[in-house]
Amino acid sequence: MIRFQNVTKRYATGQEALSRVDIQIDRGEMVFLTGHSGAGKSTLMKLIMLMERPSNGRIEIGGRDTSGIKRSGIAHYRRDIGVVFQNHQLLFDRSVFDNVALPLQVAGYQNSDVGRRVRAALDKVGLLHKERANPVTLSGGEQQRVGIARAVVNKPALVLADEPTGNLDPALSAEIMTLFRQFNELGVTLMIATHDIDLIERMNKRVLQLAEGRVIAGGGNL
Amino acid sequence: MSRITPPRSNATRSNASRPPVARKQVTRATTPRSQGASQSKTAWRDRLSAWQAHHSNCAIESLLRLLRTPLQSTLTWLVVAIATALPATLYVALLNIESLGYHWQDSSQISVFIKPAAKSTAIEKWADTLRTRADISDVVYVSPEQALLEFKAYSGLGAVLDDLTENPLPAVLLVQPSSTTTGEPLERLLAELASNHLTDDARLDMMWVKRLEQLVELASRGVFFLAALLALGLLLVVGNTIRLAIESRRDEILIVKLVGGTDAYVRRPFLYTGLWYGLGGGLIALVLLSLGLAWLETPVASLAELYQSEFNLRGLSLVHNLQLVLAAGLIGLAGAWLAVGRHLTQIAPH
Repeated sequence: MIRFQNVTKRYATGQEALSRVDIQIDRGEMVFLTGHSGAGKSTLMKLIMLMERPSNGRIEIGGRDTSGIKRSGIAHYRRDIGVVFQNHQLLFDRSVFDNVALPLQVAGYQNSDVGRRVRAALDKVGLLHKERANPVTLSGGEQQRVGIARAVVNKPALVLADEPTGNLDPALSAEIMTLFRQFNELGVTLMIATHDIDLIERMNKRVLQLAEGRVIAGGGNL
Repeated sequence: MSRITPPRSNATRSNASRPPVARKQVTRATTPRSQGASQSKTAWRDRLSAWQAHHSNCAIESLLRLLRTPLQSTLTWLVVAIATALPATLYVALLNIESLGYHWQDSSQISVFIKPAAKSTAIEKWADTLRTRADISDVVYVSPEQALLEFKAYSGLGAVLDDLTENPLPAVLLVQPSSTTTGEPLERLLAELASNHLTDDARLDMMWVKRLEQLVELASRGVFFLAALLALGLLLVVGNTIRLAIESRRDEILIVKLVGGTDAYVRRPFLYTGLWYGLGGGLIALVLLSLGLAWLETPVASLAELYQSEFNLRGLSLVHNLQLVLAAGLIGLAGAWLAVGRHLTQIAPH
């Protein structure tokens, strides 16, 4: 699903965020991405989202070489990837329902379809009863669950999560992780960047460890 | 990348325990290949209607958004309206002056002043010959006596004229050239009339009409130049307003881009906002223009009465009105396009 071959990312400032990285993640896997801040976690995520392009090397997502995707194709490419952010990035000028519906509206789904899928996604994260609420009235854990619903509403094959439990207490974090595990069992490939070592150990999944822009463990067999 | 497409009950827990590989086989088995084409066709149609829905949504939502901040929107609308009304007013003024010119040009005639010694029978005879010519539509003979009477009636100098011992006015032939006689043939006719032995002097007072025409031509170029400058100004005003709107919705734009919104999708609401600014401003400009015309109508009518003229102040036609509003709308749209083109690419997720 995700394949990095000899990928280097050097920023304009000269800083090398990733150096000659090789990664192989299969379809349906659930992988944790760890490392100190500055180890290259977010750069790796940005490269997958095509928010950044590699300076060197080859990135394949879902069997497709990303270097062949032009600027105009990025929007369609991103529709197949769900993203969960640390600060959930919800819009407070609209309801929970409208927040979750955004990826579907963007992709041009029919209104009737949108309603069905949004409710299914909200049901999965246990927030169907809050669909009319404004996200600002929800707790931190609930807001993150809305963020997850938005990431999966389009049924993407790949979901990226950047510190999804960063601001949550352990009980809520465990709840969020259970949700992720359920999606993984449905066949979704998951990559979760996190600092939370306890959580990772409890989940018993593959751990991809980065340090100073290099993979030091869990890169997988290329 | 293939999207995971589980059947309807994907939300149920019973499916959750199944391994992904097995599920995929189930999916493939339930959707045979033959349905593929018809499915993609409906999907395409769905997408088209969703696209239309997004357009009308954007149009309505951006208008509502403008109405939610009435003071700010009204100010922008007024700026657009004034910048539109100004050249439109000048254009209307020009139209009226032009029509005034045509009015007078139609009544242009050659005044042939007859020598005082000429006998009235000779003059009448000449007038009859002139009437038969193709390049002359009418000839009116004004005898010195008639001329004096008219002069007394309209000049207000009746009492003074009574003191005169003899009539100082010459006989006049008012020659109306036919409507097709213009330019060089007209000049030739004038020369011919002037060279007659009865003629003292022949005059064609066309010079001032030509001057007026030239002035109107000059003024209309001025109006176009002014209109172009103001259109440019409008473009910048709307562009700047849209830039602020884009800044205030930065978060939304970032998220929409991250979940796969195309540039066109992100652009659309702002383009509609620009269109509304232009159309609204154009409509207000029409109101301003007709208020101004109504205000001027009475004084113009009484002025025309003093000149014994049938002249009426003309406004813009319906088509012109529509064109004005449409032009303002297009300028608004173009301003939005400029702002969106410049600023949306700068807002990229990072």
